[in-house]
Amino acid sequence: MSLFNNKKIIVIGDRDGVPGPAMEECLKSTNSEVVYSSTECFV
Amino acid sequence: MDLENQKRVKDFAEKYGAENLVVILGAAEGEAAGLAAETVTAGDPTFAGPLTGVQLGLSVYHCCEPQFKEAVDEDIYEDQIGMMEMVLDLDEIIEEMTDIRDEFCKYC
Repeated sequence: MSLFNNKKIIVIGDRDGVPGPAMEECLKSTNSEVVYSSTECFV
Repeated sequence: MDLENQKRVKDFAEKYGAENLVVILGAAEGEAAGLAAETVTAGDPTFAGPLTGVQLGLSVYHCCEPQFKEAVDEDIYEDQIGMMEMVLDLDEIIEEMTDIRDEFCKYC
């Protein structure tokens, strides 16, 4: 049912928005695997 | 999207298959979210990085879009993202992301 079922996830966070680790934490509740996570800085 | 991340996205698409990948963005503004989403679907619009001319068509969502919220645990979302969600311009972000997905996404 989940959009992320069995998917490999790439997380691109934003230092001024939502950082990568916050999204990673949320994705732990899904049946998916975070294969890469980073937090960009656009300044 | 910075060049290192573009290279990573390209490498993962080759390794796992574009249909198995989902990109989640946390950009602070609709424009930045749209540019990043365009980069992983239609190719780098700035013609600077490894994804220039590479149309991966990946599934891509912003973490404050309803699709992401509905897929994750509500309490964890509130703890981790709820505060930022209140200060972001969600209408702008959702409009940008929806436009890009409708036009370029192959696996949504």
